[in-house]
Amino acid sequence: MKISEIEREEFLLPGNAACHGCPSSMALRTVLKALGGKAILVVPACCTSVYMGPYPNSAIRIPVFNTAFAAAAATASGIRASLEMQGDDTVVVVWAGDGGTYDIGLQALSGAAERNEDIIYICYNNEIYSNTGIQRSSATPYGAWTTTTWKGKKEHRKDVAEILLTHNVPYVSTASIGYLGDLYEKVRKAREIRGFRYIEIHAPCPPGWRFPMNRTVHIARLAVETGMWILFEYSEGRFSFTGASDLIAKGKKKMKDVQEYLSSQGRFSGLTESEIREIKKYINDRWNRLVGIRDHELPSFIRLSAQNALG
Amino acid sequence: MPEVKMLTGNESAAFSAMNSRVRVIAAYPITPSTPVVETLSKLIENGEMRAKLIRVESEHSAMAACIGASAAGSRTFTATSSHGLAYMHEMLHWAANARTPVVMSVANRAIGPGWNIWADLSDSLSQRDTGWIQFYCSSIQEIYDTIAMAYRVAENRKVMLPAMVCYDGFVLSHTTMPVELTGFDGFLDEYDPNWKLDADNPFTHGNILLPIYFAEFRHSIQKAHDRALKVMREVEEEFLELSGRRVPLTIEEYKTEDADIIVVAMGAVASEARVAVDSLRNKNVRVGLLRLKSFRPFPEKDIRRVLDGKRVVVFDRAISPGSGGQLYTEIRAALAFSDAKIVPRIVGIGGVDVTKRTIEKAIFERKIWIKEVIM
Repeated sequence: MKISEIEREEFLLPGNAACHGCPSSMALRTVLKALGGKAILVVPACCTSVYMGPYPNSAIRIPVFNTAFAAAAATASGIRASLEMQGDDTVVVVWAGDGGTYDIGLQALSGAAERNEDIIYICYNNEIYSNTGIQRSSATPYGAWTTTTWKGKKEHRKDVAEILLTHNVPYVSTASIGYLGDLYEKVRKAREIRGFRYIEIHAPCPPGWRFPMNRTVHIARLAVETGMWILFEYSEGRFSFTGASDLIAKGKKKMKDVQEYLSSQGRFSGLTESEIREIKKYINDRWNRLVGIRDHELPSFIRLSAQNALG
Repeated sequence: MPEVKMLTGNESAAFSAMNSRVRVIAAYPITPSTPVVETLSKLIENGEMRAKLIRVESEHSAMAACIGASAAGSRTFTATSSHGLAYMHEMLHWAANARTPVVMSVANRAIGPGWNIWADLSDSLSQRDTGWIQFYCSSIQEIYDTIAMAYRVAENRKVMLPAMVCYDGFVLSHTTMPVELTGFDGFLDEYDPNWKLDADNPFTHGNILLPIYFAEFRHSIQKAHDRALKVMREVEEEFLELSGRRVPLTIEEYKTEDADIIVVAMGAVASEARVAVDSLRNKNVRVGLLRLKSFRPFPEKDIRRVLDGKRVVVFDRAISPGSGGQLYTEIRAALAFSDAKIVPRIVGIGGVDVTKRTIEKAIFERKIWIKEVIM
């Protein structure tokens, strides 16, 4: 889908308090357009709860209910149940960062997914706990500098989208602010499905990752082109790569050297040669794992990985 | 004639929630309040109750879901105890500050370690400052009546605050009494919220509050508590008309008028104290009872009116370590400028039995900390 085909009406107003080059506001603007203004948004503590602006103002033109950090998926479950009892089919959408999704909110997220609550959960993943600045989250990649990992993070990131695949929910996908048309289509598709839907958006953060604010989209695209972020969609039993990741998977596009991605951001400036080798190994392993999911379909992938774990 | 059923305290809470037209319940089971949700589950699955039950994965999520459901315009209920209530702590603040009139039953239980599943009010008294209205029941019938009355107070537009209805774990939660299942038609009809989340009328709730607005919001919650005392008295009168039962929401006085000594207590201990008062009266000791039904809002004026100039013995089934019994501290503060002489007694901690004899002896023996079972 071309960007020019995206809905024109604005639901996230210009002049909001987001940083220049903010990927979250780009993504939210697109998501709200795809939802078409008929939705209720649940927002836990995150950048968005700041940039929507202080009371009595708001930069978001649909109802927003702010909730505690760990409680987003549960609050949305309650709103959905209440609407259901009133015969109201308004879509309920959680909009949370990776700190609120990967870490403190994971229990409520997993609970809501297992109950197959009829909500859309969207995580904008800027790979840092940025609610309080630039701290490590469990979505922070290996080797990245943050204010709580001054010499680079020593552990690899976990992947919540893959965790959600094992929850037997009808829809899971990843997206990127480098490909807003793809994001728009995924939200439109998720909107039409009932049950628990999870979308995770890769969101490069200029102050957090140490790059100039006019490079946000460029770096988001580099992440996908180098395999550091992979676009996929799992919908009603089918797993597939999408967009640039699909082209790479089909051999129509060559995966770029990750070095280009790493050297574009200050957060990776302290990497050693062996750490770069570790990141390349991570990319390779993850790519092969996702290809395995695609080729075997999901249920057998879960069985396979269980067998592997048992040795 | 309304139906009379033999019910436990927990079942009584569940039946009251059903008859109060609760439409969304979110809960995570914990001893001794588990049967509340089990009973509601059965009522809903059998088609006797029209509600959606969200079987969440934690108490934190239970309260979050209740807040969401209430904000979206449904009457909402949950039940918990002890560690579960402690785990909700953050969301209890959220419910009060968001002005969502959620009602919750709390079967009071000690908080570990070590593991103790028995009666102790320290779980709910630890939530004193969250902004919730707190009622303490003394009988199983009263649990049934108070839940419906709590909705009337909580949802009153001059109040709009969440309320917890507390009762001693096992002592009331698991014992059985005949309960008159009064219907609430005309007293409590379907919830009609004065605001709710609505895509056609968008607004943002709970975004950043600058200091001056925050102060204003907190002030409005204090004023709502003040107004709640008046609303509670009105609801008492209306409920009397509906059911023929006078169910106190602020305080209950028993033989206080001519009393030299007044015992102050809450919950099941107050029930036992009433028996002790009768027994002592037979021995010509002029004792009375002031039972506190509402701990928040604190009915300070009533307390001053009843207790001024008296000898007062305050029974607490909880303790704030480093200070003493919470009820004692609050009563003493309320009577700071009066002539009352006030002494504290700590009884029944962690489920230690509190009998009529415990109370009789504690009045005269002047022990503060009653840890043995007095037979």
